[in-house]
Amino acid sequence: MEKTITVTVNGTAYTRTVPLRLLLVDFIRDECGLTGTHIGCTYEGRCGACTVQIEGRAHKSCMKLAVQADGKEITTIEGLGSRDNLHRLQQAFSRYHALQCGFCTSGILMNAVDFLNENINPSEAEVRRALVGNLCRCTGYSHIVEAILAASATRHGLKPVPPPAETEPPP
Amino acid sequence: MKPALFAYVAPQSVEEALELLASDEMARPLAGGQSLIPTMNFRIAAPSALVDLRRIGALNGHAVEGDVIRVGAMTRQRDLERDEAVQRANPLIAEVLGNVAHIVIRNRGTVGGSIAHADAAAELPCMLVATGGTVVARRAGGERTIAAEDFFLFHMTTALEAVELLTEVRIPALPPHTGYAFQEVARRHGDYALAGVCALVTLKDGVCSAVRLAACGVASKPTRLAEAEAALLGAPPEGEALARAAEAARDYATAADDRQASTDYRRDLASALVRRTVTKAADRARERA
Ligand SMILES: Cc1cc2nc3c(=O)[nH]c(=O)nc-3n(C[C@H](O)[C@H](O)[C@H](O)COP(=O)(O)OP(=O)(O)OC[C@H]3O[C@@H](n4cnc5c(N)ncnc54)[C@H](O)[C@@H]3O)c2cc1C
Repeated sequence: MEKTITVTVNGTAYTRTVPLRLLLVDFIRDECGLTGTHIGCTYEGRCGACTVQIEGRAHKSCMKLAVQADGKEITTIEGLGSRDNLHRLQQAFSRYHALQCGFCTSGILMNAVDFLNENINPSEAEVRRALVGNLCRCTGYSHIVEAILAASATRHGLKPVPPPAETEPPP
Repeated sequence: MKPALFAYVAPQSVEEALELLASDEMARPLAGGQSLIPTMNFRIAAPSALVDLRRIGALNGHAVEGDVIRVGAMTRQRDLERDEAVQRANPLIAEVLGNVAHIVIRNRGTVGGSIAHADAAAELPCMLVATGGTVVARRAGGERTIAAEDFFLFHMTTALEAVELLTEVRIPALPPHTGYAFQEVARRHGDYALAGVCALVTLKDGVCSAVRLAACGVASKPTRLAEAEAALLGAPPEGEALARAAEAARDYATAADDRQASTDYRRDLASALVRRTVTKAADRARERA
């Protein structure tokens, strides 16, 4: 009950012999060692922390078998940007304080990048709707929504809502 | 949890897939996996083998042909939702799909998968019943066409046999002088409906010359609201006739109390949603005229 598959993740081809029942999220984490893709629910597609892009489209990697991804190209959070060269959305998340604990962030980013590719100029309501499949239990979503709208606005040369002012930490 | 052990095959043709299904009655077709994989992860389902349909080109694609929209079983829900020709032929489809889970799920979930899965609260089966669509089922050496109302038998139970594949879904285009609407009530956007209603209202000289109403979430399967339709036929889609239709809709809400809603609440929802969707569909019918 094993199969040899080749999956390209962030440009690197991984050829592995894996159990048929191995889920893609576990392939990414355990076989590729890319642990930026998270598991937040019991593999039921609820939390969105495992969202990656398969052939450029956002998918939840807990509801796909690794063998189904044979021959496919996948982008994970590690392939989105680097510390020195953050993706536009990562920069917006940083500027707008769109994360606290960070557990959900990689999934939200992988979803939002695809969403913005498809929606040239989304409304706030559309952004909120697009996030229902990604649970965040820290932020209350407000800053996430602002960051995504800001990233969309800067792409069109519009002036986004300014980020919150830097405040001094309490003494 | 993780799924129990199973065999996995990804055939290239419908014939091959049918042979595999016929040789092992515990084998299941795998489409988008957005319902099947989580149920396997929970070990609610433990098929002996998965017959992955993803490489079968013949099950992909969709086309508007005259007054029918033919949708290959493996068409992704999101692709159908965004297709402009489909939107022109029957804008109800995109309105309904906008309520199915969320975009990331619809990127992978297929039209055939949702219809074959046949959750009693699912939106697409309700749309197929409301529009009077059909399902094409293939088995080795034969094919049959099943009307939506005969296809859905019970929650997650259809007329499909284990040796059959759903190959195509046929959705009628929106008839002339007809308005459409789908609305649902769910705890959160993207959840299965507590109750949802699909309405098609055809107006002639201000009165309803045809009405089709179907509901999801309120009973053991997607249900035609025949009595509510009858109350509107030949009458203007408002006032007393609409009140009688809304009242008649209540009795179709038969689902037992569950954690999310009581039967009484679902009766109220069915009634309110009939009012809202009929009114909206009638407005749209007037706009189209
Ligand atoms: C978080 C979440 C929220 C969701 N919310 C909703 C919602 O609000 N409304 C809704 O309607 N759905 C919802 N879904 C389900 C989703 O729409 C699924 O995509 C759909 O029900 C199944 O489609 P699939 O292609 O993924 O099928 P799969 O999961 O692959 O298959 C489902 C079943 O159908 C059978 N099957 C599939 N294709 C065929 C075929 N061609 N012939 C014969 N049998 C076949 C399979 O064997 C299996 O039993 C949700 C799912 C998740 C994870």
